[in-house]
Amino acid sequence: MSMLEVKGVSRFFGGLAALTDISFGVEKGEILGLIGPNGAGKTTMFNVVNGFYPPSRGEVYFNQKKISGLKPHQICKMGVARTFQVVRPLQRMSVLDNVIASAFLRVKSRAQAEEIAFETIKFTGLYDDRDVISKGLPLGKRKKLEIARALATHPEMLLLDESFAGLNPTELDESIGIIRRIKERGITIMIIEHHMKVIMAISDRIVVLSYGQKLAEGTPHEIGNNPLVIEAYLGEAESA
Amino acid sequence: MKKYLPLIIAGLLAVLPLIGLSSYWMHILILVIMWSVIGMAWNLLGGYCGQVSFGHAAFFGVGAYTAGILYNKLGVSAWWGLPLSIMVVTLFALVIGYICLRLKGPFFALGTLAMGVILRVMAENLTTITEGDLGIMIRERTWIEKTWYFYIILILAALAFFLVKKVIESKLGYYFVAIREDQDAAESLGINTTLYKTIALSLSAIITGLAGAFYTNYMGYIDPKIVFALHDISIVTIMVVMVGGVATFWGPFVGAVIMVFLAELIRTIPKLGAAHHTFFGILLIVIIIFLPNGIVGDLPKLKKLLRMGKAA
Ligand SMILES: Nc1ncnc2c1ncn2[C@@H]1O[C@H](COP(=O)(O)OP(=O)(O)OP(=O)(O)O)[C@@H](O)[C@H]1O
Ligand SMILES: [Mg+2]
Repeated sequence: MSMLEVKGVSRFFGGLAALTDISFGVEKGEILGLIGPNGAGKTTMFNVVNGFYPPSRGEVYFNQKKISGLKPHQICKMGVARTFQVVRPLQRMSVLDNVIASAFLRVKSRAQAEEIAFETIKFTGLYDDRDVISKGLPLGKRKKLEIARALATHPEMLLLDESFAGLNPTELDESIGIIRRIKERGITIMIIEHHMKVIMAISDRIVVLSYGQKLAEGTPHEIGNNPLVIEAYLGEAESA
Repeated sequence: MKKYLPLIIAGLLAVLPLIGLSSYWMHILILVIMWSVIGMAWNLLGGYCGQVSFGHAAFFGVGAYTAGILYNKLGVSAWWGLPLSIMVVTLFALVIGYICLRLKGPFFALGTLAMGVILRVMAENLTTITEGDLGIMIRERTWIEKTWYFYIILILAALAFFLVKKVIESKLGYYFVAIREDQDAAESLGINTTLYKTIALSLSAIITGLAGAFYTNYMGYIDPKIVFALHDISIVTIMVVMVGGVATFWGPFVGAVIMVFLAELIRTIPKLGAAHHTFFGILLIVIIIFLPNGIVGDLPKLKKLLRMGKAA
């Protein structure tokens, strides 16, 4: 059994089928890349897994337990944390306080939460910015803060929604390093990314969505040579 | 020094009656402290947790009537209303929370506003319990002098202050602020937003209800139009916090001082009647435009302005 099992999930918004009968699994310890053209349904997939949208059809299992139908905070408590494509830090809180707020999920006292938070911001390279009010952070650091907040909940699985978009090359290298180190900690990762070179380099396996359908699934090598995928992306030209 | 500020202020207030203030000034002091308590309560829910209530008169009134009905129907001292109001108000808060907390932002505000009005109408019409518009009169006043009333509300204020401080510096406080800043993000970070909003509402309601129960004992008379008043309770509560400083520890005190004195000042203007609400309205507009974070919240800005004024 996979750690995360998506079984026949569909999600409709009115007449629009954002996801149609999607099934795949994420294995413990791997990095699974989720790719597809704009509007393919990637973020919607995260929203279904994380509990924001219950699936219209189908089910999601995490560690053999059904999580579809649960609330986001329950799913997070079970060990699935996410970041947002459009970053949403707690604006009027400092970087450190943002991370402390998340860390309280696993501990009661402020001292313990602070300990987790300090460890997390050092790990994600935000230590020097700890007292900055997050509203004033540049985009690259806000993306890191998204990751730090999610990590501070001590997840077993991390869902990263375009954590690299808009980063400059230095920040990109840093973030790739962070993702690799998260994996070394034994945290399973599902990552949405448009940056093809990055996704090919870090993913163990890749699932491709297009117009809400699963187009392909396989190793980066298999996906790179899949004619269906090439066609879907050529049709999209340079959105990547 | 800063750590001991609350103790110093409480100590100073505690010796104030000893200097022999007139009954009028004692009354003003008691009102200021009572409004600070209500302001602190609102601040917990509205300032920190971001759930702006336009219906805090509901909790004030329920607290007041708990004390009043105890006295009127069961013949026990209205002071028992203070401990009992905790239970009664919690019940009301859970029901009101269940209905209103599923609403967000302005819809929550409107929901609470409606609750305040509904409770007032109920108090007016359930005459067998509340005596309706006749109101409830406490005939045997505990003290003629104001000193003990002053100490009781001062103790309530001190308790409320330390409760709010403890809460805000703990996990609860972080969760409240997280909910205020982004409810969906908070939820996805494992925060049971419904639960924590209900806790914020209940704590806020309890403190407000205690002030209401105190009011019955102190004033000796309540009726639905007074204790469930939209303008004179719900709106003034919001103004106390907005003027003083939203989500600050001292904002409600500063706001209470200003609002009580302003109300007294306006009262001396002859033939003004209900037009005094206009003054509050104008004040609110000025505050929102120039000091959106209130006097305490915008203190650095205020200091800068004053210094510029002196230099010029
Ligand atoms: N809450 C919603 N209500 C209505 N339609 C929605 C909603 N959320 C997503 N959609 C629609 O579902 C489709 C898939 O959107 P989604 O955000 O999942 O795409 P995506 O693959 O993440 O795209 P991108 O790469 O641009 O982020 C789009 O057509 C989108 O407009
Ligand atoms: Mg997306």
